[in-house]
Amino acid sequence: MATGEPLIVLDSVNKWFGPLHVLDDVSLSVGRGEVVVVIGPSGSGKSTLCRTINRLEPINSGTITFDGRALPAEGKALAKLRSEVGMVFQSFNLFAHKTILENVTLGPIKVRKEKPAAARERGLALLDRVGIANQADKYPAQLSGGQQQRAAIARALAMQPKAMLFDEPTSALDPEMVGEVLDVMTSLARDGMTMVVVTHEMGFARHAANRVIFMADGKLVEEAEPNEFFANPRSERAKDFLSKILTH
Amino acid sequence: MDVLVNNFDVFRNGFFVTLQFCILAATGALIIGVLVAVMRISPVPPLRWLGSTYVTVLRNCPLTIVMFFAAFALPALGSNADFLRIPGLDQIFKRLGTDLPYFRFALIALSVYTAAFVAEAIRSGVNGVPSGQAEAARAIGLTFTQNLRYVVLPQAWKGAVVPLGSVLIAMIKNSALAGFFGVAGDLSASAQSLTSAGGFPIIPVFIGISLGYLILTVPLGLLLDRVERRQAVAR
Repeated sequence: MATGEPLIVLDSVNKWFGPLHVLDDVSLSVGRGEVVVVIGPSGSGKSTLCRTINRLEPINSGTITFDGRALPAEGKALAKLRSEVGMVFQSFNLFAHKTILENVTLGPIKVRKEKPAAARERGLALLDRVGIANQADKYPAQLSGGQQQRAAIARALAMQPKAMLFDEPTSALDPEMVGEVLDVMTSLARDGMTMVVVTHEMGFARHAANRVIFMADGKLVEEAEPNEFFANPRSERAKDFLSKILTH
Repeated sequence: MDVLVNNFDVFRNGFFVTLQFCILAATGALIIGVLVAVMRISPVPPLRWLGSTYVTVLRNCPLTIVMFFAAFALPALGSNADFLRIPGLDQIFKRLGTDLPYFRFALIALSVYTAAFVAEAIRSGVNGVPSGQAEAARAIGLTFTQNLRYVVLPQAWKGAVVPLGSVLIAMIKNSALAGFFGVAGDLSASAQSLTSAGGFPIIPVFIGISLGYLILTVPLGLLLDRVERRQAVAR
């Protein structure tokens, strides 16, 4: 649960893609250990929001603070900050030319300068934690989508991040593999990891989130506790969205 | 056709001079080309500008002009390209260390000219690497250089092999120009000396010379095909 000063703070963030106002005066703070789930229709800016937090997307105005410091500009300081924020992508983005274990140990060895043997040992432990220790020496393409995404989570965890960003982590998966990835995420949440999760998995939002954020047209429309949000959405936009996705 | 058999040593020597010249020029072009490609995709605008200018100028100038520049402008600037007399290397490639600088001049010209094409071939390989790869690398905190070195470039070779092959084969054929800029005894200069000075008939001599170039280019093409197949990384 949120304690002390918040870990991630966005203040009046604006971003345009050409004429498109993808983030419209978004302010948000995420406490340490808090799990925030961002939902909303496609094109609402939720992925962009997630990607601004480690500056994969630069913003046009406003400020973003991580762990008390404003996001640095491109350079060594930004690389260091990114190493403290784990990110999991919709399309996994495992390094195609490296084995699963090499994927997990690349960051610790090259960014943190850990000894290869130590990084390897920790990497194997992480792969074991996400349930794919037996796939360590395979290449990404040899794994199922669910296994790849779990490997990607292990790769992010290997950096011992202060927070994890999930950008639609299950949207590219076959339905039967969604569960195994959500299980890993749920256990992370339970262990107290600070998480920002962009997802369409309402079940995950219900049982793992501390707070649900609803976005539409680049604006942060509504935020509430999950039970409150799903039972009594306040805005028309959220009611409309929920009625469309929950009726099937 | 007797001319081929009787002058076999001339052809053989010419072949080896051209071979050495091409190995050195290819090495130089690859080194400069990678640097220029990295500049062109760098996040630093002045470096990008420098890289683009390099490619624009050298890719659009005739090689003959570049050769002229090297052979006449460098001496005018007081350079004998002595930095290419690399100790050790000049024992294997004897021509690097000669007093006459024309081998070194032609080498510089062909290397910097070919580098522009190498840079573009590598850049096309880099563009072929899905953007998510570089994004994931940035997300775990790799710097720009680490990202290139450990994630992007190793995967870029796969897409660069085919265009690079064409560039290197074109380079070998372009090396024929060196014979006309003071490099004595390479394949093309041998053709010149056998026909003009030696008075041998043109057609058989040029068939022999062509064979020399084919011995260089055809196996290179086959080798690159093999490399391409080995590099095929499943996605």
